[in-house]
Amino acid sequence: MTPIQININSKIYPAVEKAGQHVAIADLKLSLNSGEFICLVGPSGCGKTTLLNIIAGLDTDYEGEIIVGRQHTHPKIGYIFQNPRLLPWRTVRENIELVLDSHQSTDSIDPLLETMQLTQAQHVYPERLSLGMSRRVSIIRAFAVDPEVLLMDEPFVSLDAPTARQVRELLLKLWQQRPHTVLFVTHDLREAIALADRIIFLSAPPMHVIREIIVPVPRNERRDEASLEAFRQQLLQNYSDIKQLL
Amino acid sequence: MINPRKYFPALSLLAFLAIWQGMSFYLNSNTLPPPAQVAFVFWQSCASGQLPYHLGLTLLRLVVSFSIAMLLGCAIGIVLGRNKKLDAFFDNWLVIFLNVPALVTIILCYVWFGLVESAAILAVIINKLPNVIVTIREGTRTLDQDLLDMARCYHLGKRKTLVHVIWPQLHPFVMSATRSGLALIWKIILVVELLGRSNGMGYQLHLFFQLFDVAGIMAYTIAFVAVIQLIELMILKPLDRKSQRWRR
Repeated sequence: MTPIQININSKIYPAVEKAGQHVAIADLKLSLNSGEFICLVGPSGCGKTTLLNIIAGLDTDYEGEIIVGRQHTHPKIGYIFQNPRLLPWRTVRENIELVLDSHQSTDSIDPLLETMQLTQAQHVYPERLSLGMSRRVSIIRAFAVDPEVLLMDEPFVSLDAPTARQVRELLLKLWQQRPHTVLFVTHDLREAIALADRIIFLSAPPMHVIREIIVPVPRNERRDEASLEAFRQQLLQNYSDIKQLL
Repeated sequence: MINPRKYFPALSLLAFLAIWQGMSFYLNSNTLPPPAQVAFVFWQSCASGQLPYHLGLTLLRLVVSFSIAMLLGCAIGIVLGRNKKLDAFFDNWLVIFLNVPALVTIILCYVWFGLVESAAILAVIINKLPNVIVTIREGTRTLDQDLLDMARCYHLGKRKTLVHVIWPQLHPFVMSATRSGLALIWKIILVVELLGRSNGMGYQLHLFFQLFDVAGIMAYTIAFVAVIQLIELMILKPLDRKSQRWRR
């Protein structure tokens, strides 16, 4: 796997009628080590989704560069959107098979379905799935393409707490089996601490990096709410600038 | 328990026949022959091969012009729905063609290209095409941008995106264009045949009109309605069911 460097000098939304032009991102630099789980935390509306869309190549109207290894190119991505964006007229399995490259065997998704506990539901149409299950399908779809970076845009938002916790644990299990580089957007610091190797705090627009923090809590201790909460309190005390963002 | 609703379709058909019989008995005129006489004429012209021959030709013209109009219309509709500049340019053309009366197109085609088969088919296509384009264009405008973005960032490519992402969303619009198209084309084909062909249902109806043969006209009409019902039941309904099976 290859490290990825993202330098965005500026992303500007042009003025539309009465709304003036809007500088969404200014001087944002991120470097992603391969296999690293990075959480992006920032106030809502600060342009995190815009950033993911730029990395995904959906938004090409910006100043800057994305470097994968040594090449100026967009990385191969798996994108887990805020809402799952499954094709309702294709079954769970067909939705996943659709994104595979022609050289990938369709059998390769069986273990993914197994880990995410969806083997039973693989021939069901998405309308019959609960939101938590749809989210799990979209997670599988993103892992299935064997991406260079996984983009996740608040994938657990609007799930009830136990479901969110279950999906989060399944995601971690899958990620530990297949350690891809992850960019995970959230505005929930607790979630970030539970998941990330490194947390990057982003400002309100024009968005830039305020602070980067390595999460020192070992992964096998993260099920313990108390040690996560202790680290969170410590963060909020030590860095007053973070508090304003949340 | 017998469910009386099950017999409603048959009952209503019987009622229709009874009213028809009553009217023709009351009027006692050549202009409204009773059902039995129409049935006899129907059987006779089937046996002589006249009705199947003319109906077959009309059906052939229907299939050819309908397929071409749908294919072209879908392609152009998708392009116009996806491309704002082209749409702005061609919008006026569409409005013009939508509003030219069918009879005018038919006459002009015959005048310009002669009383030939291709002119007849062309006239039908020109009448139907703008309708398909407008319906599919509206459908394309409502495509879900979220799903298109998904297709783009997973590099599905043009073919997969069209087949798996765009086409299923357009399906209801295509079906609506198909149904309204069949109804429209049937009617136009008859006029086309009446004006410039020497076979087909339109030509036969014209002949019956000149001979004042009302029973013949009605017998052909029944064949006509039956064929449309068959198309609906055998082709369109199953297509609907298959493509809608994912809905709850």
